[in-house]
Amino acid sequence: MDKAPYDGPILEIDRLSISFFTRLREIPAVMNFSASLQPGEALGIVGESGCGKSTVALGVMQDLGVNGRIVGGSIKFKGREMNTMTREELRDIRGSEIAMIYQEPMASLNPAMRIGKQLMEVPMIHEGVSKEDAYARALEVVTDVKLPDPERMLNSFPHQLSGGQQQRIVIAMALMSKPSLLILDEPTTALDVTVEAAVVELVKDLGKKYGTSMLFISHNLGLVLETCDRICVMYSGEAVERGTIEGVFDEMRHPYTQALFRSIPLPGADKNARPLVAIPGNFPLPHERPTGCNFGPRCDYFEAGRCDQGHIFMEDTGFDHETRCLRHAEIDWNAPLVAGAQTEKPAPGRVVLKMDNLKKYYEVAASALFSGGSTKVVKANETLTFEARESETLAIVGESGCGKSTFAKVLMGLETATSGEILLDNKSIGDIPIEKRDTKTIADVQMVFQNPFDTLNPSMTVGRQIMRALEIFKIGKNDGERRARMLDLLDLVKLPREFAGRMPRQLSGGQKQRVGIARAFAGDARIVVADEPVSALDVSVQAAVTDLLMEIQREHKTTLLFISHDLSIVRYLSDRVMVMYLGHVVEMGTTDQVFSPPYHPYTEALLSAVPIADTKVKKKHIVLEGDIPSAMNPPPGCPFQTRCNWKDKAGRTKCETEVPVVRTLANGHQIKCHLTDADMAEMEPVIQMAAE
Amino acid sequence: MGLFILRRLGLMILTALCLTFIVFWLTNLLPNLEKLAKTQGNARMSDEAVVSWLENRGYGQPTLIKYGEWLGVLPGYVIEGQDGTVRARCAPIGAEVDDTTPAFCGVLQGDWGQSTVFRNPVSEIIATRLGLTGKLMGFVLLLMIPGALIIGVLAGMREGSRLDRGLSTVSIMSTATPEYVSGVVLIAVFATPTFGMQFFKGTATSAMENATFENFLLPVVTIALYGMGYIARMTRASMTEVMTAQYVRTARLKGVSFTNIVMKHALRNALIAPFTVIMLQVPWLLNGVVIVETLFNYKGFGWTLVQAASNNDIELLLGVSVVSVFVVLFTQLISDIGYVFLNPRIRIS
Amino acid sequence: MEELSWTGSFGSTLIPAITIASAVFLAGVILQLVMGFFAPEVKLQANTDGTLQSRGGLLGQLEKINGQVFTLIVLLGAAIIVVSWFMPYGKAGILGEIIKRFLPVWIALIVTFALSITFKRKLGLYGKLFDSTIGMIGFALVMFWVFTSIFVGVFDLIATHDPLQQISGIKNKTPGFPVPDGQDADFYPHYLLGGDNLARDIFSRVVHGSVIVMLIAPLATVFAFMVGITLGLPAGYHGGKLDTFLSFVANLILAFPVILLFYLLVTPEIVATGLPNFMGAFLFIFPLIFCGVLINSRYKTQGSKNTLYLAIVLVPLVLIYLMVISDTASPLVVWPPALDFIAIPSGILVVFVSVVFVNSPTVFRIVRGLALDIKTRDYVAAAQTRGEGTWYIMLWEILPNARGPLIVDFCLRIGYTTILLGTLGFFGLGLPPESPDWGSTINEGRKLLLIYAHPALPPAIALLSLVLGLNLLADGLREESLKD
Repeated sequence: MDKAPYDGPILEIDRLSISFFTRLREIPAVMNFSASLQPGEALGIVGESGCGKSTVALGVMQDLGVNGRIVGGSIKFKGREMNTMTREELRDIRGSEIAMIYQEPMASLNPAMRIGKQLMEVPMIHEGVSKEDAYARALEVVTDVKLPDPERMLNSFPHQLSGGQQQRIVIAMALMSKPSLLILDEPTTALDVTVEAAVVELVKDLGKKYGTSMLFISHNLGLVLETCDRICVMYSGEAVERGTIEGVFDEMRHPYTQALFRSIPLPGADKNARPLVAIPGNFPLPHERPTGCNFGPRCDYFEAGRCDQGHIFMEDTGFDHETRCLRHAEIDWNAPLVAGAQTEKPAPGRVVLKMDNLKKYYEVAASALFSGGSTKVVKANETLTFEARESETLAIVGESGCGKSTFAKVLMGLETATSGEILLDNKSIGDIPIEKRDTKTIADVQMVFQNPFDTLNPSMTVGRQIMRALEIFKIGKNDGERRARMLDLLDLVKLPREFAGRMPRQLSGGQKQRVGIARAFAGDARIVVADEPVSALDVSVQAAVTDLLMEIQREHKTTLLFISHDLSIVRYLSDRVMVMYLGHVVEMGTTDQVFSPPYHPYTEALLSAVPIADTKVKKKHIVLEGDIPSAMNPPPGCPFQTRCNWKDKAGRTKCETEVPVVRTLANGHQIKCHLTDADMAEMEPVIQMAAE
Repeated sequence: MGLFILRRLGLMILTALCLTFIVFWLTNLLPNLEKLAKTQGNARMSDEAVVSWLENRGYGQPTLIKYGEWLGVLPGYVIEGQDGTVRARCAPIGAEVDDTTPAFCGVLQGDWGQSTVFRNPVSEIIATRLGLTGKLMGFVLLLMIPGALIIGVLAGMREGSRLDRGLSTVSIMSTATPEYVSGVVLIAVFATPTFGMQFFKGTATSAMENATFENFLLPVVTIALYGMGYIARMTRASMTEVMTAQYVRTARLKGVSFTNIVMKHALRNALIAPFTVIMLQVPWLLNGVVIVETLFNYKGFGWTLVQAASNNDIELLLGVSVVSVFVVLFTQLISDIGYVFLNPRIRIS
Repeated sequence: MEELSWTGSFGSTLIPAITIASAVFLAGVILQLVMGFFAPEVKLQANTDGTLQSRGGLLGQLEKINGQVFTLIVLLGAAIIVVSWFMPYGKAGILGEIIKRFLPVWIALIVTFALSITFKRKLGLYGKLFDSTIGMIGFALVMFWVFTSIFVGVFDLIATHDPLQQISGIKNKTPGFPVPDGQDADFYPHYLLGGDNLARDIFSRVVHGSVIVMLIAPLATVFAFMVGITLGLPAGYHGGKLDTFLSFVANLILAFPVILLFYLLVTPEIVATGLPNFMGAFLFIFPLIFCGVLINSRYKTQGSKNTLYLAIVLVPLVLIYLMVISDTASPLVVWPPALDFIAIPSGILVVFVSVVFVNSPTVFRIVRGLALDIKTRDYVAAAQTRGEGTWYIMLWEILPNARGPLIVDFCLRIGYTTILLGTLGFFGLGLPPESPDWGSTINEGRKLLLIYAHPALPPAIALLSLVLGLNLLADGLREESLKD
C-alpha cells in the first residue's frame, strides 16, 4: 500500500463511545472520548484499571472482540473514517500504518514460530517484498532496537529470549513497516524497573528516528511524564482532563487529577510529616455510575444539586487545556494541602529479629525434562546479616531473581536455612520448619501477600477465613469469642462488619488486601512481612492500604519487613532500606543514606530508573545494559559486574573475579562494592529537586 | 534427547514387565488352572487327578518361577511326572525329552507357546490376526484423524458461532455413542430390511479376505465415530484457546488475513494438545476394535482376545496382553517424542 | 386385541407435521452454516439509536424463520405428549402409549424445571445451568432417566410387565404385538416394543435396566472420585517420591487395555478366589479415609467437637463398610454373618469394583493436575504460613477451589461409567445373563440383529440418550462455570 503524504492530524477521535454487550446489560466502557494526535507527537492516556484506556486503543484498532461495539462517535486515521472501513481496508492499515505493542511480550509472540519469520511477515504482507528484502529489513530493525547478535535473534524462538529482549522484538515488529502511529498499551508493566528504563528510552529514540506518532497508555504518571508531549487523564470511561504534560502536571484543573497526584509518593512525602492523602471510596462499577460527575461521590469539592445533575461537558480552561469539571474556575488550585494527621516518628525499640550470615542454597535439576541426574546449586540468598527493631520498617528492595521471596520463605519457615541463623527474640528459628514451630512463633511472624486476587480462598467467606486463623492460633475459647475478635479485626482494617459474610469475589482489590492484613494480624503478629502488598493495586487505593499498614504498625509496635521494587513507596514509608541483587545485599542503611550518595552502582541505576511524576525533579540519566542474569547462572565475581557502569573505575579484573566484601561507611551504612572511598565521594545525587 | 528416549524406554519395559506379570498371575490363579486341567484333560477329573495333571505340566511351581520360564530368563522345567512320563516345557508335545531340548524357551527366545483353542503356535495366530486388525485400524485412522481435526479446527476458529455450535453438538453426540450402540444402530438401519435402507453388509467376515466398501464401511465408521468426537472436541478446545491468545491478536493487528491466521499462526499451536490425545486414543481404540470385531464377526486381534479370554487359553491370552501392552506403551512413547518435536518450547531448552 | 401401529391416530396429523418441521429445520440450519461462510461480518459500528446492527438480508431472514420453526417443533412435541394422554387406550399408537406410561416422569420433570427456573438466580451454578440451552437439554435427558429409575425401582410404575417374565408366543415379535388371550384382566395387553429372543417384554426390560444403571454408575463414579481425590491431592501437593510412585501405578492401570482387564477380573474363576472382595475392601476404605481426614483436619483445634463429629460420621460408615466387604461366599469374612444386613450379589460387586478400579486413575490424574496448579496460589501460601496441616490445606483450601472442573468431569465420568457397564454387559461379563441392564440386553439382541433388529435398538437408544444427556450437561456446566 502506498503511504500517501498527509499533513493533518494522524488520528482524530471524536466523541467516541464504546460499549460491551453481555447477556444482562450493556456496559459502557468508553463515553464521549475525544483526542487528536499530530504527526510525531506522543499522547499519554493515564488512568486506573477499568477506566477504559485500553478499550480506546482497541477501538482505534477496530478490534473489540465479540461483545464490543462502537456505539457512537468517529475515529479518523489520516482523515479517513475507520468505523466504516471494510475488513480488507482495515487489514491494510493494521501493521503497516498503525502498530500496537502490548503489556505481555511473551504472550504476544507466537511460541511456535521463529522470530525472524514473525518479523518478516509484516513487510511481506503489506508491501509484497521478497523474502530476502524482508530479512534484510528485519535484520536492520533488530539492530535498531539494540539487540545483540541480530542474526541469532532472528533464528530463535521467543522462549529463548529474556523478557526485555522479547519486548524489544515486539517493538521491532511494530516498526517493521515504519508505521505512522504506534499504540503502546502498558508496554513495560511486566518488566523490571531497570529493564523498563532501557525500553522506554529505546521507544523514545525510535519514535524520533522514525517520526512515528505514539499513543502511550499507562497507569504510571511518571512514565507518561518521561515519554509524552501531551496527556489525557481518564476516569471511569471518560476523559476528565486533557492538556500538555506541563499544563496538567503543574496546573491541574480537575479534582481527580489532583487527588491522584496527592496519593502517589513523590519525593518529599513522608509517612509522618507529610502523609499521602488517599482518595476516599471506590471506583464505580460501569453499570453503577452516578448521574452527573462520575467522580462526584469521591470528590472533595462536590456540590450537591450541581455536580450530580445531568451530563458534564469538557470545558476549555485556557491554552490547550480542557477539564470535565463544573467548578474548575471556582476551586483554589494552589491552596496548600490540608495536612493529614501528622504523627510522631516512633522511636525504634529493642531488636526483635536478627539475621546472622543467613544463606539459602537450592539444588535444582539442570534441565527439567532431559535431566540426567546433574544438579545445579542456586544461591538464592548469600550471607544476609541484619537486625530489625520493634516498630521499625525495613524495606527490602530488588528486582526479579534478587532473592527477596526466598528470604521471606526462610523467615516464615516454609524453607529452612542452609546455614546461618535467624534469631527471634534471641531464639534461633532459622532451621525450624513451620510444622515444628510453636503457635506463638507462627502467630508472631505473619505475611501479607502481593496479589489481592489470590490472597483469599475464593470459596470461603471473609469471616470464616479470619476465624480459621484465630482457631489455628488458639485465640478465643469458643466460636462466640472468636467471632467477636474477628469483627474487631474487621474494624481494625476499616471494613464494615457486614463483610464477614461476604465471599471474596464480592470485594474489590483494596478490600481483599485489607482482609489479608486483618488475617495477618489475627494473632497479634509482631513481625509482618509485606511482600509487595500494594503493587497490584491501583494508585488511589495504594495510598489507603499503605496508610492502614502504617497505622496498625504504630498501634501494635509491629516490625514491618516491606518487600518492594518500587523505590518511591520505599522512600516514603521505610526507616531503613536493604538493596538486594542476585541474592546479595549490595547496600544497606537508613533511608536517607541509601537515597543519597554515595551509592552502590546498582542503587544508583535503580534510583535513576524509577519514573517520578514530578516536573520539578531532575534525574541523572543512567541506563543499564542488558538484562538481569539468571539466578541459576550468576556471573563470576561481583554479581552486578555484567551491567555495572563503574566497572572501569574499580578495575575490571577485580570486579570480574572477586566478590566484594561488605564495607561499612559512616553510621552503619553498608555497601558491597570494589569502588574506593574516593570514587564513592565523587558520586552525585541522582534525584534533585529543581529550585522552586 | 537420546537420554530422554532411553529413560522412556526403560520405564516402558518396567511397565510392560509389571503388566505382563499381573496378567500372568491372574491367568495362573488356581481356579483358572483347574478349569484348564478339566478342559484339556478330562472334565470329570477328581481333585487329586487335577493336582497331579498340573504338577506334571509344571503348573505347580511358584508363580515367579513360572513367569521367569515364560519370559525365558529361567530354564524351562523338566519334570518326571507321577505317571512316569518326563515332560519339559521346551519339548514339543509328544516329543521325547533329550539333549536337543533347549534349556530356555520363553518370549525372549521367540517361543510364545501353543494356543489351546486354535491348536496353533501363539506367535503365528497373533501375527495373522494383528495383520487383519492393522487393516481395520488403518482405515479407521485414515477416516478419523483428518475428519476430527477438520471438525475441531472449523468449530474452534470462531468460538460461539453457529458453525461451532453445530459441529460441537455433532461431536458431543458421537462421543456419547459407544461402538456397541452405534454398531447396533448402523447395522439395524443400513444392513437389515427394517428401515428399507439395506445398503451394507452387517458382517465383515468376508472383508478379511477382500475388503470392499460394502462389507467394510460399517465397522470402520463404527470405530471412527466414537473416537472422532473426542479428538474433535479436544482440537476445538485447543483451537479456541489459541484463537484468543495474545499472539493471535498480534497477528491480526499485524494485518494478517483470517485464513493465514488460522493456517500459519494458530494451527500448529492448536495441534500440539490434540496430538497427544490422538496418540493416547490408540489404546482406547483397542476397546472399540474388540467390540466391533465381535459385533461384525471380523476375526482379527480383538476377536482373538475374546476367544482367548473366554476359553482361558493362557498362552494365547498372555501373548495378546504382551502385544496390546506394547502397542499402548509404544504409542505413549511416540506421543511424548512427537510432543517434544511439535513444541519448540520444550525442544530447545 | 389388535396389534398397535406405531403412531395410531397421530399418524395422519401430528407426526407428519413434526417430521416435516424437523426436516425444514435441519435443512435451514445447514443452509445457514453454508451461507455463514460467505456472509460479511457484522459491523463493529452500532446503529445511531444505539441498537446493535442485526444481520440483514437473506441470512437474517433465514435465522428468524429457523427460530420460528424450532419453536413449532417444540410445540408439536408438547402437543403429542398432552393429546396422547386424553386419547383412549390404543388410539395413540405405540408412541402415545409409551408417552402415557411415562406420565409420572413428565410431571416430575415439569415440576423440577418450573421450580428451578423460578429460583435460578438463587441456586448458584445449578441455577446458571438454566441459562444454557445445551445444559437444559442435557439436564432434561439425565433427569428423565433418573426419574424413570426412581418410579420403576421404588414405586413399580411405568413398566408394563415383569422384565423376566416369558410369555409363549411372543418370542421375537415386533413392537405393538398383543399378548395372547387367557391372561389376567389387568394384564397389560400389548408388548409395546415387542418381545425378545426369550419372549420377554422389551419395553419393561429397558425401563428396568435404567434402575441398574442408575444404581451402579453414579455410585461407582463417586467411589472412583473418592479414591482419585484421596490419592491425587497428596501426589500433586507434595510431589516427590510419593507422586512418582502413585503416577507410575496410575499409568500402569491406564496402560492396561480395559477389556482385557475386565475379562481377567470378571470371570467366575477369579471371583471364586475372592480377589474382587479384597479389591473392594481396598477401594471402599477410601471414602472412610476421606471423610475422617476431612473432619479431623478441620476441627483438630477443637478437641471435643472433633471427636463428636468424627464419631457421628465414621461409626455408621465403618459399620456399612464392614457389612459390605464381608461376604460369606468369599474368603473375606470380617463381620459376623448374623449381623450382615447388606448382601451385595457377587456379580454386582465385581462389576462395581472393576469399574471403580478402571476410573480411579483418570480421576487421580485430573486431581493431581489441579492440585499442582492451585498449590501455587497465595491463599495456600497464607495457610502454610499460619501453620496449617497439609491435609487441611489439601482438603479445605485446594479441593473446594478445584470443584468446577471436578463437577464437570463427574458428569462426563458417569456417562463413561455407563458406557463401561454397557461394555461389560455386551460381553456378558459380571451381571447375570437374564439381567435387564442395557448392555446385556443389547448383547442379547445383537445375536439375531440381522434377522430381528427391534430387540437391540431400544436399549441402545436408551443408553445413547443418557450418555448424551450427561455429556450435554457437562458441556453446559463447563460453559456456565467459565462465564464468571
